Amino acid sequence: MRTVTVVGASLAGLYAARALRSQGFQGRLVIVGDEHHRPYDRPPLSKDFLKGETGQEQLALADAEEIAELDAEWVLGTRAAGLDDEGRTVRLAGGRALATDGVVIATGATPRRLPGPELSGVHTLRTLDDAQALRADLAGGPGRVVVIGGGFIGAEVASSCAALGHDVTVVEAAPLPLLPQLGEEMAGVCAALHGDHGVALVTGTGVAALRGEPGGRVTGVELADGRLLPADTVVVGIGVRPNTDWLAGSGIAVADGVVCDAGCVTALPHVVAVGDVARAGGSRTEHWTSATEQAAVAVHNLLAGATLMAHRAVPYFWSDQYGVRIQFAGRRLPTDTVRIVEGSPEDRSFLAAYERDGRTTAVLALNRPRPFMKQRRELMRAAQPVAS
Amino acid sequence: MIPVCHLTDLPAGESVRIDTAPPIAVFNADGEIYAIDDTCTHQDASLADGWLEGCLVECPLHAASFDLRTGMPTCLPARRAVRTHPVTVEDGMIYVHHAAEEGTAA
Ligand SMILES: Cc1cc2nc3c(=O)[nH]c(=O)nc-3n(C[C@H](O)[C@H](O)[C@H](O)COP(=O)(O)OP(=O)(O)OC[C@H]3O[C@@H](n4cnc5c(N)ncnc54)[C@H](O)[C@@H]3O)c2cc1C
Ligand code: FES
Repeated sequence: MRTVTVVGASLAGLYAARALRSQGFQGRLVIVGDEHHRPYDRPPLSKDFLKGETGQEQLALADAEEIAELDAEWVLGTRAAGLDDEGRTVRLAGGRALATDGVVIATGATPRRLPGPELSGVHTLRTLDDAQALRADLAGGPGRVVVIGGGFIGAEVASSCAALGHDVTVVEAAPLPLLPQLGEEMAGVCAALHGDHGVALVTGTGVAALRGEPGGRVTGVELADGRLLPADTVVVGIGVRPNTDWLAGSGIAVADGVVCDAGCVTALPHVVAVGDVARAGGSRTEHWTSATEQAAVAVHNLLAGATLMAHRAVPYFWSDQYGVRIQFAGRRLPTDTVRIVEGSPEDRSFLAAYERDGRTTAVLALNRPRPFMKQRRELMRAAQPVAS
Repeated sequence: MIPVCHLTDLPAGESVRIDTAPPIAVFNADGEIYAIDDTCTHQDASLADGWLEGCLVECPLHAASFDLRTGMPTCLPARRAVRTHPVTVEDGMIYVHHAAEEGTAA
């Protein structure tokens, strides 16, 4: 393989580029990204960066020295518009075509938006530019912020806005936020964090419309049950859509993500997919850790020209809200039971285990990093294929 | 010189955080006692909560690993070393000699 092109210059793309070099690829490495920035870390965008406690410099995922060592051609601020010739040509917006022998698809995901006309004061949060715009909007002094969607990013934004002194309401269409991820009992504990910190949580009702003069600023959020929540700023956190549009017509199968095997390889052995955009082995994750882990596996298989390795790690993510560190690892089914192993939900400090047939399937911790780490290790060990 | 705890209260494989500013983590790695700055140089996790294996501690948040002997990270996402602090054991008591203090004393 003489040329490898990585499409998407963020977490998964950078880790893939690193893996290519560390696994001995000495050829031409091209990294295409539609953002203008060098790879930066997204998790702080809803946390310390939004609160103004972390600056842009601290978000960089690689320093100048490492960028130089990678010896890559960076094509930034440029969107890949297509993948042609059975994955041998990456077509860029503007018409330029890059001939390549291998392709790493690392284009991540984009926030879903609410339908309706554009209003100022309405935000989604995925990129540094998004975070800067939201930060600027919040800097005008205490105001009313409505966060639509109570998932992890919505909850973190609500927590950061509350810390900045805003009057915050979270709207969640489901009966409880995080219900599918955590189950009723634990979702209830996490939902209570909002109330602990003076943030209102409205559940079980969707959003009918955003109020505001077309072309002007948002003034409120109209709920499906008829209520009107006045708002100066609205943050929409209702999930993401994998960035696969540019693959239309490429022959690469797409079904809520790029379809690939457990080794992140698509039907074309020289095209692999990593991170939030990849539906690997039947599932797609939107977690920082899997994006980094998948890169090494995908690159191994890409350089080998066949799937020699699979990514079977135990899914893991963390979230920081209201000074509470939430960590979750494992694969939970709705029928699993949950048990408090230590600590207590009332204290917002505990470790809980999800169980099925006497086996632990997943663990959740609030402010209990040490026992969580042990339990996560146990899950990882149990997930290793038994040597025969 | 900061007293930590009795050696018997820190069995092999265990760690403890002392609330200095910044906090320090003390480990018993198979009988050897080490002290390093507690806060991971990547973001803000406490390394005393990490996973100890031999002379390496893995950060509980994003799995950067540090060598307790040198403070050097052995893998990403950490890129900067944590400070190490000398340790002595006197009469069964563990003491950390704060690196900054030693510096000013010299
Ligand atoms: C605010 C926020 C907070 C988060 N907090 C946590 C957390 O606490 N814990 C956790 O585990 N995870 C968290 N995550 C998730 C984590 O950041 C993602 O899983 C991770 O960023 C995925 O990396 P990726 O490289 O696959 O995708 P992305 O980071 O989305 O990067 C994809 C890149 O590709 C670019 N791109 C897209 N299409 C094209 C194209 N056609 N051509 C060229 N470039 C293109 C995009 O602009 C982007 O730069 C958070 C995410 C956000 C947004
Ligand atoms: S905080 Fe330690 S690895 Fe990220």
